Amino acid sequence: MIKAILIFNNHGKPRLIRFYQYFAEDMQQQIIRETFHLVSKRDDNVCNFLEGGSLIGGSDYKLIYRHYATLYFVFCVDSSESELGILDLIQVFVETLDKCFENVCELDLIFHMDKVHYILQEVVMGGMVLETNMNEIVAQVELQNRMEKSEVSDQ
Amino acid sequence: MSDVVEKTLTALPALFDSQTGAAKITNRLRQLIKSITELTSKHEEENLIKQELSAMKEQVSSPNTTMKQMREIMVRAMYCEMLGYDASFTYIHAIKLAQQGGVLEKREEENLIKQELSAMKEQVSSPNTTMKQMREIMVRAMYCEMLGYDASFTYIHAIKLAQQGGVLEKRVGTFTPHFHSSPYITSITHAQEIIRRKAVLALYKFYLIAPNQVQHIHAKFRKALCDKDPGVMTSSLHIYLQLIRESPDSYKDLTGSFVTILKQVVGGKLPLDFNYHSVPAPWLQIQLLRILSLLGKEDQSTSELMYEVLDESLRRAEMNHNITYAILYECVKAVYTIHPKAELLEKAARCIGNFVLSPKINLKYLGLKALTYVVQHDAKLALQHQMTIIECLDHSDFTIKRETLELLFRITNAQNVTVIVEKMLDFLRSCNDEHTIIHLVGKVAELAEKFAPDNSWFIQTMNDVFSIGGDLLQQDVPNNFLRLLAEGSESKEEDDQLRLYAVDSYLTVLKGHTSHLPQCFLQVMSWVLGEYAHLQESVDQREVIRLLTQLLDQRSVSSETRVWILSALTKISEGQTDLILDLAESLSSSQDTVLRQQAQELRHLSQESQLHEWALPRGAPWDGIEVDSSLSFLDGFVSEALAAGAAPYKPPHQRQEELCEDRALNLEPYGFSLPVSLSSCSITDRQSPTLLSVSSGLSGNSTELSQKAGCLILEGVKRVWGKDGYLPQKKRSTPPVDEPSAAVQPPGQQEAAERIEPRPDPLTQNQDKQQLASSLFVGLGVGSAMSLLGKSEAPPPRFRKKPHPHESSSSSSSGTSERSSDSSSRSSRNTTNSFLYGSLLEKEPATSISAFDHTPKSTTANGLAQNKDTKEDRRANTSQILGGDMVIVRPSTIQDKHPPSVSSDLTALLPADLKDLPHSDVISLTSDPSLSLSSCRLFRDEALLLVIFISNCTETVIKDVAVQLTCEELKTVSLRGNVVDCLEARSTSVCHYALLMDDPHTNVSFTGTVSYQTQPGHTNTLPFSGTLSTADFIRPLVVTTEEYGKLWLSLSHDVKQNLKLLTDAGDPLRTTLNSLKDALQLHVVDIIGSEGIVACRLLSGAPCLLHCRVNGTALAMWLRSPHPALPDCILYHCQRALAHH
Repeated sequence: MIKAILIFNNHGKPRLIRFYQYFAEDMQQQIIRETFHLVSKRDDNVCNFLEGGSLIGGSDYKLIYRHYATLYFVFCVDSSESELGILDLIQVFVETLDKCFENVCELDLIFHMDKVHYILQEVVMGGMVLETNMNEIVAQVELQNRMEKSEVSDQ
Repeated sequence: MSDVVEKTLTALPALFDSQTGAAKITNRLRQLIKSITELTSKHEEENLIKQELSAMKEQVSSPNTTMKQMREIMVRAMYCEMLGYDASFTYIHAIKLAQQGGVLEKREEENLIKQELSAMKEQVSSPNTTMKQMREIMVRAMYCEMLGYDASFTYIHAIKLAQQGGVLEKRVGTFTPHFHSSPYITSITHAQEIIRRKAVLALYKFYLIAPNQVQHIHAKFRKALCDKDPGVMTSSLHIYLQLIRESPDSYKDLTGSFVTILKQVVGGKLPLDFNYHSVPAPWLQIQLLRILSLLGKEDQSTSELMYEVLDESLRRAEMNHNITYAILYECVKAVYTIHPKAELLEKAARCIGNFVLSPKINLKYLGLKALTYVVQHDAKLALQHQMTIIECLDHSDFTIKRETLELLFRITNAQNVTVIVEKMLDFLRSCNDEHTIIHLVGKVAELAEKFAPDNSWFIQTMNDVFSIGGDLLQQDVPNNFLRLLAEGSESKEEDDQLRLYAVDSYLTVLKGHTSHLPQCFLQVMSWVLGEYAHLQESVDQREVIRLLTQLLDQRSVSSETRVWILSALTKISEGQTDLILDLAESLSSSQDTVLRQQAQELRHLSQESQLHEWALPRGAPWDGIEVDSSLSFLDGFVSEALAAGAAPYKPPHQRQEELCEDRALNLEPYGFSLPVSLSSCSITDRQSPTLLSVSSGLSGNSTELSQKAGCLILEGVKRVWGKDGYLPQKKRSTPPVDEPSAAVQPPGQQEAAERIEPRPDPLTQNQDKQQLASSLFVGLGVGSAMSLLGKSEAPPPRFRKKPHPHESSSSSSSGTSERSSDSSSRSSRNTTNSFLYGSLLEKEPATSISAFDHTPKSTTANGLAQNKDTKEDRRANTSQILGGDMVIVRPSTIQDKHPPSVSSDLTALLPADLKDLPHSDVISLTSDPSLSLSSCRLFRDEALLLVIFISNCTETVIKDVAVQLTCEELKTVSLRGNVVDCLEARSTSVCHYALLMDDPHTNVSFTGTVSYQTQPGHTNTLPFSGTLSTADFIRPLVVTTEEYGKLWLSLSHDVKQNLKLLTDAGDPLRTTLNSLKDALQLHVVDIIGSEGIVACRLLSGAPCLLHCRVNGTALAMWLRSPHPALPDCILYHCQRALAHH
């Protein structure tokens, strides 16, 4: 199960956080800080997995991350997830964002936080992978956007 | 602040204008983000957000706020939450909004509602939440439910609420669960596949939170699995993976379906939509492979079904993309998990090669992981990749290094241990991650103990372990080490040599710079020096004393360590009165009371050499020390304290439970604990009210420790249980390996080393690496590969401990500390203890001597005799205690109170379907002139049936008889016949309750009332009560010896205790076990020699395994269970059964 999804920039500023397990606000911030601390000191040419922390759920806990330009995408998962599978899921997620925002950059994530959340909801639900097909995800998001628009015009 | 953001901010306005979607971004949010980026300090940010939040609070509660504004507020609230500020006040508004609004609002609110749910989750589990709040939460949860969010976690609380609450709570409580699952169950048949898919996932969450509540929808899961849409089927696999993980046996029938699905997927039968980088549905494949490996584990016939499809998967996955490797990795794991097939294993091994040799670092990592998994089955595989492994050892990536060491740990044997341990220590020295250090240091210690080639290496390695691991070390590492030194092996000479090495090396360490040494290392050193410094004759004892005293003066030394040092000094102080008196003088004004007390004792002992010799005899054998874990010598003190009004002792877990219960309001004015316990104590006199509770206290500690260590502590217990279950007792010749065996390699291993040579990686023709390789992988050849599997013979551990008679009375890890504190008679750990004891010593010396008695260490003749007497006395006492204590302190059970007086022909009235069940005697509960009640217990496998017979004793008809039974600790699953409209004269009606016990309690009392009408309009009530014991809920667990072995290893909570052995018959063990079996419905699995294994379970729930060993005149009982309280309960009943015998 995916326990948390964190996106922060090279300076450790959170850009999107989503926890699938309850943590109090200060604990959430601590997790973000420590995760950033762990991930940021790793070179780009080392592997994308980190083990051995005990922040979430004891020893059965792994960080799988990818670094894109100014952003880190970090998935905190337990042992029931496949490492490479999650790695490609991050890729799918980012590619979907790219499709929806046309050349996604950090600013899109800042100012369209709500939208990013919607997209994420179509990919992961309650810590479980819901959909991995990019076209399918984009179609769902667009469908909802259309509904939204029709409602706005009704008003 | 981020520079990137700052720079781009200047271009912001243009950006917004150009984007169509930007219209949705509210001005306020834009302002907020902008002003946050302009701020320079965290403090300013905090102020700003606080302002923002209070403004929002005002807005949301104002009635003039429009829907659109509301939405903006929600987005801003989400932003604040992300920055770590509490915006929970918006949650409830979010729900409201979502309820009235359209799609747009709903989506906006969805995020916040999820947070609301998690906040509620916390609230409901908090014990401080009042009933009223609870009710409100339930209503809120229902709101969320209505909107289609998953609030299933509230179910269980709703049910609880319904049980305890008033009418209103009951209505809300029972409503929620039903309300809850229905929308999902209906939407599972929804036309749109995406909705079906989400509904399946929601049901899965449901299942995770309240598995019992969704029993009825298992059929729906199957329906989802057979859904025509592959997406829905994929979602349902989440559920099946979980279900199969819990009980693989109940889903074996689905193997065929899973195999077919996988075959279709691999064969490309799915629509192209499901392809990812032209691989058909990779995530689906991964899930399926995991499910198959779970199903095929240790099951040949099931495994055979899947060989073909696994082969196909291995063959198909050949494209060079990450995701194919993900599938391959799962495939390899599956092949090695299921019942082995040579052909597949070979292919899988080749795949591992692809991983390990890959230039991609992620694949290399997975390769190492796969190897680590696989070497447990086939150690030779590591040989093929030795050069890569060595390269990985020097890799710059921390994660890779760590994984490599993990792999090396698995292939360690007596020949390569020095090299591997050296590598590990090198890594540790450069590592600064706390978790890794703790994890790895424990492994080094384990390896050192198991395979050490010689004494000096062992001591040196342990020195490194202590100085690197420092105070992060698990407590059992130093404990085990000291135990090893103290108990020694069979040969005395060798032990002394080891001890001598230790003394020498510690003296060298202490002569150097000591301020940087960790406390734990100092403690170990001072203990060893105290015990064994006298062995080294070439060193002046005064020098040792000087070194130790020096330590005492150092500021960095903690007060606990000082206690250890002082104990050591006490032991070696003999004959050095001048030095000691100075020391004692200087410490007698210390702030620390324990130190002061020790200094006093030190002075006394150094002045009276006879007393010193008697209390601390030098070089006395360790076996003689008997730890009185029941602390019965304190009984007098305890009963005094109780008489003076102290609260009786409770074991930790019980305290915890009561703490939780106590949080609710206590409406009873006062408990009546005092007078009751007082009288019981005065009657029982020297008996120990703490006897039972102390044992559970100890066990509590040991569980904690063993959990911390994460591994089994099996030292000193004969290794009867191997990886594959019970190891039949082989006659092993087990002298410790004297010669460092690395020097002389057996021919087989030499061959292996040679075989390695012609296989070097052409790129790395490095002589050093070659050498390293041959030293690392030595002993992994054909001959010894098997030994790694633990199948033929385990490598004999270097340091074999003597079987220890008191093993089971105290947990192994706490054993040493107990013993060491005992031996010095100065408890270094338990301050209170030494305190109690100390005051005894000072007040009346006579008692102090008798208090010494429990450690029959004295060598003087009269001391010994005296010891024996008291010991026997005590034993006699103990058995009395067992008998007496039960009757007085514990609430008596039904049989005790009411001897079977009712004629058993009542059982003839039992319903036909219950007649054949084993049942207890019928006993009378209560009676009044018109009704008499009696009860009988029927033992069904999954429940206890409490049958209540209601007999009409009058000649008239009694009407409207209704039985009401309450018992807080038990769960009533069904009841029948509790309301009778009309009970004829002289007739009997039967009503029965099926009761479940979820949490074991030693005894459970139930109360109830019967209401009836003899004349219309005139209702009588007759109260009754009774007690049930855990014994009623224990059922035999029928397992084979092998299953037992596997189960044993998987259980975490254990308790050890010595019990009385019934010695009146020829075979004491068999007699005792049989009598236990009769009393408690246990299942005796096997009896081998002086050991017996017994299994039982709590109804159809948690198992409890008992391991019994005859130990002199006692039965050492070791219990394990997944449930923390169950072993204590069973132990209690065992003690009781034996005492009654």
